[in-house]
Amino acid sequence: MSNAEPLLRARDVSVVLGGRPAVQDTHLTVHRGDLLGLLGPNGAGKTTLLRAVLGLVPLAGGDVLIDGLPPGRARHLVGYVPQRHEFAWDFPIDIAGAVLSGRTRSIGWLRRAGRADRAAVEEALELVGLADLRRRPIGELSGGQRQRVLVARALASNPQLLLLDEPFTGVDVPTQELLNDLFARLAADGRSLLMTTHDLAAAARTCTRVALLNRTVVAEGGPELLADPEQMLRAFGLDTAIGAAA
Amino acid sequence: MTVVEFLTDPWHLPFMQRAFAVAVITGLVCGVVGVYVVLRGMAFIGEAVSHSAFPGVALAYAFQGNLLLGGAIAGLTTSLLIALISQNRRLKEDTVIGVFFSCAFGLGIVLVSTQDSWSTDLSSFLFGQVLAVGPEDVWTAAGVGAVLVAVVLLLSKELVAVSLDRETARAAGLPVMRLDLILYTVVTATIVMSLEAVGNILVLSLLITPAAAARMLTERLWTMTLLASLFGGTGALAGLYVSYAYDLAAGGSIVCVLTALFALTWCLAPRHGLLARARRRRGETRRPVTEQAVGA
Repeated sequence: MSNAEPLLRARDVSVVLGGRPAVQDTHLTVHRGDLLGLLGPNGAGKTTLLRAVLGLVPLAGGDVLIDGLPPGRARHLVGYVPQRHEFAWDFPIDIAGAVLSGRTRSIGWLRRAGRADRAAVEEALELVGLADLRRRPIGELSGGQRQRVLVARALASNPQLLLLDEPFTGVDVPTQELLNDLFARLAADGRSLLMTTHDLAAAARTCTRVALLNRTVVAEGGPELLADPEQMLRAFGLDTAIGAAA
Repeated sequence: MTVVEFLTDPWHLPFMQRAFAVAVITGLVCGVVGVYVVLRGMAFIGEAVSHSAFPGVALAYAFQGNLLLGGAIAGLTTSLLIALISQNRRLKEDTVIGVFFSCAFGLGIVLVSTQDSWSTDLSSFLFGQVLAVGPEDVWTAAGVGAVLVAVVLLLSKELVAVSLDRETARAAGLPVMRLDLILYTVVTATIVMSLEAVGNILVLSLLITPAAAARMLTERLWTMTLLASLFGGTGALAGLYVSYAYDLAAGGSIVCVLTALFALTWCLAPRHGLLARARRRRGETRRPVTEQAVGA
């Protein structure tokens, strides 16, 4: 696997936000079949790194390649699941319509959704267990159901790389388990997943690899890394405090 | 006067026929476009655009140009400036809007104050002149309205995606900024074409109120669009009847009828209306009592 060309390769990536470095000289590779957990404290730059991979923030340095393409030309390969509060849940639309909106670009201008689009929506709904609720207005959903809608919307475009921003925050246990299984299945299927989280237990359970981020990737390895207290302290910026105390 | 007379009487007058036509077309188009104004929270932008059309209308009047064209240029310039300047997130959008629309309206007033004879015309800019429209105005309204509705319907898939989630739409490669500009342009054109019917001050009511009433009744975008245009069209029609029957200002009557419609839906909407909520609350407060009784 390590010899194969990675699906996502970020090299020396730096992002400056409001004059301050949010992400610095960061390396990150995600191979096909990887489920990489990106962990770090609040303000570590997790979301910013995702946005850099999506091509939504200009890079102050370095580059990002997805299947050899810059983000702007690899959009058809990438699915994005933002944090739930980024979405207009008061919009009058049902679950199937919200999921279909993930295919807006692939349907194309001035065209209506065709049979293939509806089939893709149906498949995505089955994967997240919302097929029975497809006509339910999105305003009437629980937090867990909303999270599943966002995952289904990203899956509807059949992405090779799935970027998830805090998918487990504030969702119910059944949804957590369902998403866990689903992510593992997608990875086994050869897709790549990159997910930010600050839930160590969830990451240890789900991820095939983890990267600890604090402005830059301070450690990377298998989930057993999360059991190494020294690495964790470094990632969470506590090593200097402890060093000073000692 | 019988009901039939009440309904048919105004149609004998050519100026009333034209007024009906323009008002209903305006109501239909405002309903459709207003859906996005309501769902995107653009009410304040609508207010700004309608006020900023004013100096353009005044200038066009001074140079005897086309009033609608003058208003459209001024309104469009302002709304595009707002869209561009609010991309800089240091200032919130409503702040930028506040700066621009009051400036534009002030400019309009200054222009008008240079001419003594303008006071009557001023009131027609501000409150509409639907009883004075000519045959060519009817055709202009129909043509412009058809184009605006077509643009909204053809771009609805993209507008929905951007309204749901701008970040993800941008990540998917949709030109979010350009879609914003198109929506602003459509809203501006809708407002300017509505100036004839209800004028500068009241146009916001035609744009917002039917869509707001429709939102109370449905959770589906298409139903909301149909209802909003239906409310806009019938509200305009009914408002003109009221105006004709009781000899009241046309624009104001339309607005009052629309607002009454909104008040009705707000109170009586089957799931989210005032009565439905009150009934649910009563149900909820009663339940614990029965549970206690059962427990005892």
